[in-house]
Amino acid sequence: MQVFPFLVVAWIVIVGLYGLITSRDLIHQIVCLIVVQSSTYVLLLGVGYVTGGVAPYFYDIGRRALAVDPVVQALALTDVVVEAAVTALLLSLAVQAHKRFGTLDPHDLAEFKG
Amino acid sequence: MTPKLRLWLFAIAAAGLVACYLWAFGGLPGFGNYPGPYGPEILKRAIPETNATGVVSAINFDYRGFDTIGEEFILFAAAAGMSVVLRRLRGEREQQQDRSPADEVMNRNVPPTSSPLRVATLVLVGPTALLGWWLATHAQTNPSGGFQGGVILASALMLVYLSGESIAFRRFSPVDLLDAAEAMGAGGFAAVGLAAIVQGLPFLDNYLPLGSSPGTVTSSGTIALISFLVGIEVAAAFILIVGELLEQTLLRQVRREGKS
Amino acid sequence: MTSPAVMATLQVVVLVLVAAGAVLVVRTRERVRLVIALSVYGMLLAILFFVFQAPDVTLSELAVGAIALPLILLLAIAKVRKPE
Repeated sequence: MQVFPFLVVAWIVIVGLYGLITSRDLIHQIVCLIVVQSSTYVLLLGVGYVTGGVAPYFYDIGRRALAVDPVVQALALTDVVVEAAVTALLLSLAVQAHKRFGTLDPHDLAEFKG
Repeated sequence: MTPKLRLWLFAIAAAGLVACYLWAFGGLPGFGNYPGPYGPEILKRAIPETNATGVVSAINFDYRGFDTIGEEFILFAAAAGMSVVLRRLRGEREQQQDRSPADEVMNRNVPPTSSPLRVATLVLVGPTALLGWWLATHAQTNPSGGFQGGVILASALMLVYLSGESIAFRRFSPVDLLDAAEAMGAGGFAAVGLAAIVQGLPFLDNYLPLGSSPGTVTSSGTIALISFLVGIEVAAAFILIVGELLEQTLLRQVRREGKS
Repeated sequence: MTSPAVMATLQVVVLVLVAAGAVLVVRTRERVRLVIALSVYGMLLAILFFVFQAPDVTLSELAVGAIALPLILLLAIAKVRKPE
């Protein structure tokens, strides 16, 4: 349990990269990119966890309660929303590529020059 | 490069990556034993200094506000970039003026939306919008904040689209108004920070009155204001993104007829 | 307040589910099924963040991974679909 979440993080990265490399469809590649990115959220939250701690919101619990680290939560929070917008931009690039070249297979797309 | 060769190269690279990961994770203090000085220090200071009981939002909009303004501008640039990338190429005709969007939608072989789906989604629009608004304005007390509130506000409008009323969706999302709302959100955040400079304080300092007691809606100064502005900006950006892609699907219909 | 042992077992179970979910997403090839798999993966991630005591990140991940991202993906897929 000391190191298990970090092993899961490494597993997700490798699985996502494997899907990215063996993919024949641009949309599937973009989804694999989302999976790889999600591993960083797990890593961030895993680093900041304190055993026996609660969420860092003191509206109804005492000020002295043991809480998990709030800084990594702030980072992961903005990350999740911004990732969706960047994925949308990548998808629009894929849509334009399909309009120009008629195919979404990355092996075929690699041959076009200019 | 054959697929087999590619897989072998990946296996070698992945082995190296896994070795680096295991080495790195061996040096970490172990899950649950977070030692770092930054977290507990902020937990001690956040409530006395900012009167906000939602410490994560206080970090997002006050202690690390500079990172948040950067992330928000990434969102802004992504939405703007989409409008640039999805422009009309040469050869794509515009829709004729006399055909309404309703005709375009009915030309496709789209099965009519079932009644339970329509009722369920339309009933959920109001509560979702209310939830999004509440989240965006209560960043300082509860687990809420501008980013999640904005996405949920945008998803209330997306529910309108999902219930089959794509015409109502397009009428509710005029591009000019959304552009203005997004710019106001992003620019407002920067303006709040610059107003701090005008008063001689550092950029994005918390200069508004902090309120009487922690945990009320009017406490914590600029955090509430910034969270609200961020909520507007995120909602506008997401509605713009969905609207752009939706327009593309409608555009395809006209182009296909032109090429047949 | 739940005991740390219960919390630890819960976290291990959800971590294993998330790892299985990642494999599921990567192994799905057909496009619409991919979107559904991504939705399920997003919800599993949201549960994981909740068990890690981060309700803010849970809200974000639910709103984004279950609503916004599948909708955007489905619109893009509709755009590039071969005409029947």
